[in-house]
Amino acid sequence: MARPALTGTRIRERRTALGVKQADLARAAGISAAYLNLIEHNRRRVSDALIERIAQAMGVDPVALSEGAEGALFDGLREAAAAAEVEGAAQFQAPDLDRIEEFVGRFPAWAALLASRQARLAALERVVETYAERMAQDPFLLTSLHEVLSAVTSLRSTAAILVETEDIEPEWRTRFLNTIQEESLRLSSTAEALVGYLDEMETAETGLSSPQEQLESWLEARAWHIPEIEEEGADPAALIAAAPELASSAARELARQHLIELAEEAQLLPLEPFSAALAELGPEPGALAARFGVGLGTVMRRLAALPPGTAGLGQPGLVICDGSGTLTFRRAAPGFALPRFAAACPLWPLYEALARPMQPIRALVDMAGRLPQRFLTYAICEPRPTGFDGPVLMRSTMLILPAPGGTSAAPARAVGASCRICPRAECPGRREPAIVSVA
Amino acid sequence: MANKQVLLIEDEPHIAEAIRFILSRAGWGVSVLGDGAQALQRIAEEGPDAVILDLMLPGRSGLEILADLRADAALSELPVLMLSARGQGRDREAAARAGATDFLAKPFANADVLARLEAITGGGAAYTETA
Repeated sequence: MARPALTGTRIRERRTALGVKQADLARAAGISAAYLNLIEHNRRRVSDALIERIAQAMGVDPVALSEGAEGALFDGLREAAAAAEVEGAAQFQAPDLDRIEEFVGRFPAWAALLASRQARLAALERVVETYAERMAQDPFLLTSLHEVLSAVTSLRSTAAILVETEDIEPEWRTRFLNTIQEESLRLSSTAEALVGYLDEMETAETGLSSPQEQLESWLEARAWHIPEIEEEGADPAALIAAAPELASSAARELARQHLIELAEEAQLLPLEPFSAALAELGPEPGALAARFGVGLGTVMRRLAALPPGTAGLGQPGLVICDGSGTLTFRRAAPGFALPRFAAACPLWPLYEALARPMQPIRALVDMAGRLPQRFLTYAICEPRPTGFDGPVLMRSTMLILPAPGGTSAAPARAVGASCRICPRAECPGRREPAIVSVA
Repeated sequence: MANKQVLLIEDEPHIAEAIRFILSRAGWGVSVLGDGAQALQRIAEEGPDAVILDLMLPGRSGLEILADLRADAALSELPVLMLSARGQGRDREAAARAGATDFLAKPFANADVLARLEAITGGGAAYTETA
């Protein structure tokens, strides 16, 4: 995730590792030692120009100073700020997002706690939404509740008649007693079914992450590569059965579909010859697709499912969306931020491909950040086979690779992760105002 | 003289039986229909003084029946007491918008059915003498 992180801490670590004195580095960067000291303790915000000078003085890449593993923490804190703003409390005072780095630097444990509470809150909100959706739309619940209310209505009216009607005829009394007997049985069997259903829902369907997130975190934990699937006749069911992380039946179904496709693509592009071709041709989906006679989307998905450390590949990112633009698969590339809940940046080549089916798109993009990072993306939108009379279902796939050397001066498209956390002003694709300061 | 007539359109037989018992003992003439599809025809044939109409019915929903009643010049003023097992505000509002005279959520107290029916028909089961 490309986010301004604890720049000061990183500068201090690098400087110490290089054995450079603070005063010397300050002089080389054209600032006072006292000011550098404040920066190194994350007490001062560092301008992009100054980061460049400090990096140059130490002979390191500026990007290495400006981002780190804290990206997720920054995202979490921004989400917390955005959520509080949305709640719209009258006394809400917007936190100073410009000082987020200082906050994380000075109070790392509190910052981590706040971000983790925000993540927990978001997860619980999703559970509530799931329940609310269920209650409002689930046909089984609606029917069951109707049955319960009908039985209770019968019981209440009938019991009241028996109690309140002193001169009731024996024939009617018998009839109403039978009604009570029948409705009691109906009520107990409906209640029993309902309890069983709710029990199952609680244990299986309301994990704190969505089915897609469960699948993605399972794949991430396996470094996005499933060796078992490389063998012919691999059994997705056995793999899924051994994955308790796939907690819900929906996640297991998503995993089953994903593994079947991975297995098919592994057969089309076997690991050994495909890796050899990759080493020879480089990670260029067009050349690889031509070599193996398969579609571009297949090659891109296969590239993102190769073993970690495959020569010539690095850590690719991959996003897939359906015709509605909904992201159905997300593998983040380091530095290329993917939104967790919000909709993604409409300027991604992924969406341009959606508008131009079957036309391959290759585009250099600059991902927004204090020091924008450049990536080379390949995108293609292909139809999913549904037969002659089936609906038209399209799928767009985008492979994300670090920009190759020699492309730093080339024109690139300015993109972001999602409008809410994108600092780009004057963006033609902006849907909503940003919560970060716009440049 | 004849007593007032109510047509009860309710698909739950035990609920219909209980309501019929309560209203009959209070002097009402009660006929029962368990399906929404025949509702308008039966109302036209019987010409009841009021209708008790369940919202969720097989054949046709209570709201659809009510909308047709209100669109018919001859039946637009017919008092209708709507019943629903879903007593949420949404159903209550939908019933009011469709032109229900009154609304009662299930489960209900027997006395309430009678009281509401009498309220929307302007008195008890016997016709009031008019000069």
